[in-house]
Amino acid sequence: MSKNLDINVHHLTRVEGHGNIVVNMKEGRLEKAELQIVEAPRYFEAMLKGRSFHDAAIITSRICGICSLGHQMTSLKATEDALGLELSEQTILLRKLLVNGATLQSNVLHVYFLVAPDLLNAPSVFPLIPTHTDVILRALRMKRLANDIGDIVSGRAVHPITPVPGGFTKIPSVGELKEIRRRLVEEGIPDVLETVKTVKALAGGIPNFVRETEYISLKDKNEYALYEGDIYSSDTGITDVHDYRSITNEFVVPHSTSKHAKNARSSYMVGALARWNNNYSQLTDTALKAAEELGLKPDCYNPYMNSVAQVVECAHCAEDSIKIIDQLLEMGLKDEKPNQTPTKYGKGTGSNEVPRGILFHEYEYDRRGNIVAANCIIPTGQNLANIDDDMKKLVPEIIGKSKADITKHLEMLVRAYDPCISCSVHLLNVDFIDDTES
Amino acid sequence: MTTQTAPKTKIKIAYFDFTSCEGCQLNKLNLENHILDLLEHVEIVEFREAMDDKADSYDVAFIEGSISTPTCVERIHDIRRRAKILVALGSCASIGGINAMKNLQPIEDVREIVYGEDKYLFPTLPAMPLSAIVKVDYEIHGCPMSIPEFLQVFKALAMGKAPIKPDSPVCVECKLRENECLFDRGMVCLGPITRSGCDAICPSFGQFCTGCRGLVPNPNKNAMLDILTDHGLSLQEAEKRLLLFNSYQHPDTFK
Ligand code: SF4
Ligand code: SF4
Ligand code: SF4
Repeated sequence: MSKNLDINVHHLTRVEGHGNIVVNMKEGRLEKAELQIVEAPRYFEAMLKGRSFHDAAIITSRICGICSLGHQMTSLKATEDALGLELSEQTILLRKLLVNGATLQSNVLHVYFLVAPDLLNAPSVFPLIPTHTDVILRALRMKRLANDIGDIVSGRAVHPITPVPGGFTKIPSVGELKEIRRRLVEEGIPDVLETVKTVKALAGGIPNFVRETEYISLKDKNEYALYEGDIYSSDTGITDVHDYRSITNEFVVPHSTSKHAKNARSSYMVGALARWNNNYSQLTDTALKAAEELGLKPDCYNPYMNSVAQVVECAHCAEDSIKIIDQLLEMGLKDEKPNQTPTKYGKGTGSNEVPRGILFHEYEYDRRGNIVAANCIIPTGQNLANIDDDMKKLVPEIIGKSKADITKHLEMLVRAYDPCISCSVHLLNVDFIDDTES
Repeated sequence: MTTQTAPKTKIKIAYFDFTSCEGCQLNKLNLENHILDLLEHVEIVEFREAMDDKADSYDVAFIEGSISTPTCVERIHDIRRRAKILVALGSCASIGGINAMKNLQPIEDVREIVYGEDKYLFPTLPAMPLSAIVKVDYEIHGCPMSIPEFLQVFKALAMGKAPIKPDSPVCVECKLRENECLFDRGMVCLGPITRSGCDAICPSFGQFCTGCRGLVPNPNKNAMLDILTDHGLSLQEAEKRLLLFNSYQHPDTFK
């Protein structure tokens, strides 16, 4: 077949940050299929140099508004690892609650406001307000509840205030936690169940495309890994978080201000679908039922199903948050001060699952507690090579369709990854110098 | 049954993002309880993060992010030409914010640190607030932008009035909330020199003010020095903290 195709989507809409999709086919031969990242770099690693450990998470949270809690958690963990700051059980539980809230809010935003318009053939969520009012009100209610977890536990859902190295500057009250619990039970869970129904009704519009790849996420022996665990690859198994560079292997490509990454193959995938494939058996019962209802099965190789895995995680996060609050209330809340007395200086690494996938921060501190070097590896950066590989397989499979249809398939593919382009270009590495180990 | 009201002429608004974390836009989407009411008064004609449409002109353009590449400069001129009123959203747009910290190091070094020998692939400029390139009509401060201030400005503009600009320091709001002063806990707080309007949210949650809303007009440097000395704290720490968000306008405040 001799077919020519030239697609150029400039500044793709309904994604975080700026990216272009460029596909070029000449006489049936695919010459180019890539997601170009044109977001302006912000040079965070350079900013971190010389900053105090008190300010590191304040800076890195600004890498990305939508992932601010995730960056903050990972940053705090890297600092605590470097400075030897032990955490209380209460601090860890409150952080896990925050991670659930942030995952819930981000997944709701993505599925309802960015993906659903594609499935309903609308250019945005706004025209859907009069026609689907109940659904939109439900989405706003779920987002409000998720954000209230952030506002109450961390002071502010975007760029949280209270989480600091070693703990929290303020602990929420028993009454506030009970109120969140009540809303999770009375609104949160019922709304999640309704979401499952809504998404199931639209699921016919999800393209049927299959490409097996390597799936990488955290893995923990006790729970569905979001806040802690080791690195797990579906190809190469478990790796210690401190050895993350042996997994990410970053490299610069000319069409992207964000670096690409690869491990066992030419690309790998991170995010909700990778977490599902690697850890599905540890989800809560409601989440597993939601997956069954939505036809999401283990070892799912369709990247478009990432949005469905996000819905399943909404159920998990809501249900798990109730369990965490119960545990906190049972232990009795203590008005603890953060532990900010370093026991050592040097290098430390932190890793978290943020909504878009596994995130790494690594810092090196001098003896005054100031940063000497920093490195951060962002989920979207890790997914970019995988998106390019998907496009290379997808385009020849759908080449018989109209150009508009092909473009829509490609846009939906990129959106399914929930790419956070702002994030992906903001941090790249600084070389570590081995001179400050005590 | 109410009869249908005559269609009001809605003001056309647009949102644009430059070099930023998109947190200000997100904070706006977090107005869940107000969003549908706000949409009664305005028509959103362009908002890349949420919709596919594009428009030719707007009554009010809300802009997030700093200017940091040659392309940003072209885009902001273009938007200014199409917009009757231009509003800077958040510290990145109003004062350069966190992005301007990179300006403290020579630009070539910064690019080299991040991209190594591939640095020539990606052109960059020092990070600047919008006002360094075009006329800005109003500013909504904060990182992220303060929601009450956004609602105040938004409502004023929707009614054709001029918004109020706060210029007292954060300490005023902090004292009204009867917070324990963080200097007494040995923290370096930038409240005495930072512009209010956030209801002293950070000190109210036990955390020092980082100066994210920019400084008050004529910040009282000597008063700040006195507080630091009284509490046995070093000026250097305050200086470093000031650079988090104020590197563009105030790199030398304490020099
Ligand atoms: S001002 Fe802060 S929240 Fe707003 S875009 Fe800039 S970094 Fe993000
Ligand atoms: S805590 Fe900060 S803002 Fe509040 S009174 Fe003290 S210095 Fe001012
Ligand atoms: S207290 Fe200071 S740092 Fe916090 S929001 Fe207000 S101005 Fe910004």
